[in-house]
Amino acid sequence: MKKEFSKEIIDEITTRCPEASVKIHAPRRVYIRVPREKVYDLAKFLYEQKEFRLSIATGIDTREGVEIIYHFTFDQAGTYYNLKITIPKDDLQTKSLATFLPAANWIEREIHELLGVDFIGHPNLKPLLTAESWPAELHPLRRDYADEHKNLKMKEKSEEAL
Amino acid sequence: MRRVVPIGPYHPLQEEPEFFKLFVEGEKVVDIEINIGYNHRGHEFISPTLTWDQVPFLVERICGICSDSHPYAYVLAVEDCARIEPAPRGQYIRTIIGELERIHSHYLWLGLAGHFIGYNTVWMWVWRYREPLLDLFELIMGNRNHYAINKIGGARRDIVPEDYPEIEKYLNILEEKNAMFTKAILDDPVISARLEGVGILPKEDAIAYGVLGPTARGSGYATDARKDDPYDAYDKVDWDMIVFPEGDVLAKTKVRLLECDESIKIVRQCLKQMPDGPIETRVDEIPPGEGIGRHEAPRGEVFHYVRSDGSNMPVRHKVRAPSFMNLASNAVAVKGYSIADAALVLAAIDPCYCCTERTIVYEKGKRKYTGQDLLRLSREKTEEIRRRYRK
Amino acid sequence: MANAKLWGLKKSPWVFHVAAASCNNCDIEILDILTPRWDVERFGIVLVGSPRHADALLVTGVLNRKSLPRVLQVYEQTPKPCLVIGVGTCTCHTHIFEPSYNVVGPYDKYIPVDVYIPGCPPKPEAIIMGVVKALKRL
Repeated sequence: MKKEFSKEIIDEITTRCPEASVKIHAPRRVYIRVPREKVYDLAKFLYEQKEFRLSIATGIDTREGVEIIYHFTFDQAGTYYNLKITIPKDDLQTKSLATFLPAANWIEREIHELLGVDFIGHPNLKPLLTAESWPAELHPLRRDYADEHKNLKMKEKSEEAL
Repeated sequence: MRRVVPIGPYHPLQEEPEFFKLFVEGEKVVDIEINIGYNHRGHEFISPTLTWDQVPFLVERICGICSDSHPYAYVLAVEDCARIEPAPRGQYIRTIIGELERIHSHYLWLGLAGHFIGYNTVWMWVWRYREPLLDLFELIMGNRNHYAINKIGGARRDIVPEDYPEIEKYLNILEEKNAMFTKAILDDPVISARLEGVGILPKEDAIAYGVLGPTARGSGYATDARKDDPYDAYDKVDWDMIVFPEGDVLAKTKVRLLECDESIKIVRQCLKQMPDGPIETRVDEIPPGEGIGRHEAPRGEVFHYVRSDGSNMPVRHKVRAPSFMNLASNAVAVKGYSIADAALVLAAIDPCYCCTERTIVYEKGKRKYTGQDLLRLSREKTEEIRRRYRK
Repeated sequence: MANAKLWGLKKSPWVFHVAAASCNNCDIEILDILTPRWDVERFGIVLVGSPRHADALLVTGVLNRKSLPRVLQVYEQTPKPCLVIGVGTCTCHTHIFEPSYNVVGPYDKYIPVDVYIPGCPPKPEAIIMGVVKALKRL
């Protein structure tokens, strides 16, 4: 099989989701921006019918909202098709993929505790990595947490110096 | 009546702290709850505070055993983002070191597995032949582990032609000893009885959980980042992917042993084909964009994603180690086997908890097994199988 | 080999290995000193399975929030007097992990450390030397 992206897959995705905007960065790296409501059906289509593998999902805190990128890969062609959604900060929730994809279970738990996104329908949304003593409403990968944390560390340092 | 057997967090069977709660009925394990987080140090939080060139040093310290794979995948991700063409000689150097690291990691696992089932001789012998490899790393790069060979655009240090005979000498010894280990382990009836049919992970579950590396290739699921998405010198040399369909611990052992042979093949070919020239290309800036890099570490595919906004620090750096996907599959592989086998099955995926948690027991009033008991149980089972063969 | 003579005279310390959020490199180097090249078992150093049997604690890794209470519990369970030997730069200072939200600082904020062995990872010879220095203090 040729080691690059497949035009047929991209056409099928854009047919199912006309609002998708596709960016081809390299022969084996494709980024597709889709609306939040469409990602569940697209993911189900790619996993069940096209036998793609969910490698991981990245969560990023940006000015427009919390962006989640689902990194799907088709191993035989070695291509990554990345589905991007943006979730507005005043409505931080999206449908969980763990209902049909066991691999998404731990992935979504991690994004939930580090960024505060609620995954509707997830069987077990408990914290995965942080300690039991860590307050549940503190999300370390958010930008506002980073500033607060820096101020806290600088305050501790200056207190130690005194 | 269900009883809980906690393994961990600090346990002589494991090097890293992690907590497994095994629910047992009699001798059989019926359920497992996995509790991690003891190794979480927050790498994804620290990365945006460092510059592009400082991140490989941070990311190396995610894991000590696969310490070359994380910088490798990160460097590939940045080269993807900025569309940098790395120097050919640097690519071959990176490949050689990546493959030597695979041998070192597989031997480490083999030694520990031998230790768990009571074959301390296997442990001592295998680690003895791992030592010259660490000496080789020290000769080439200055440190036994955490050697930082990967750099954006190529490699940081050169493998000078005077060192080639040393590498060849070691490879010759290794090939002979690898054949000895393979024969010794696979022909021994007691070890085969102990490992065969234990901890089976069926192919459909392997695909559903997205497992990677020898765990997947031992279940018949043929995935290898070096063949699927070739990078550096992997498509310029000739080698095979090792796949076995059975899914038990013996299949995973066979995959690891035979992969060492393939690694030796790759290193030999790379040394012959090594091009001359500089080891790195000049990189002036990383333009805004995003990049994905992946490398086949000894445990599976390591995935790094970076996003740049044109400044000298990454905006977001996502790290995903293979053990993150492999660990969750323990829920399937360990059910239905005895406690004596549980420790071995949990170790068969070659877990690396420090990689899993990089972003960052037990009293219940019921009688529990201590660490010594579990080790004793595991070795007693081996003794019992041995007795059967002596008759 | 002068060190070996000294060791022949000291009592043999039993060590328990505690790893709190380490990258495992120091842990593997600690296991390495049991293998045939260095073979510290001939000096009587044995890795035991329970802190209650230990004379010395080999600690590695930066402490993180989840492992801190467990490490303190292990320290409490070790019969005193016990030696605490910090292996690796992570035990001396939090070094590159300092900005992190989950890292709570070097060991000597919580338990008294007798010997610090820097290095990332320290070579096995350095670990052996560190243990010898710790024994000399007894």
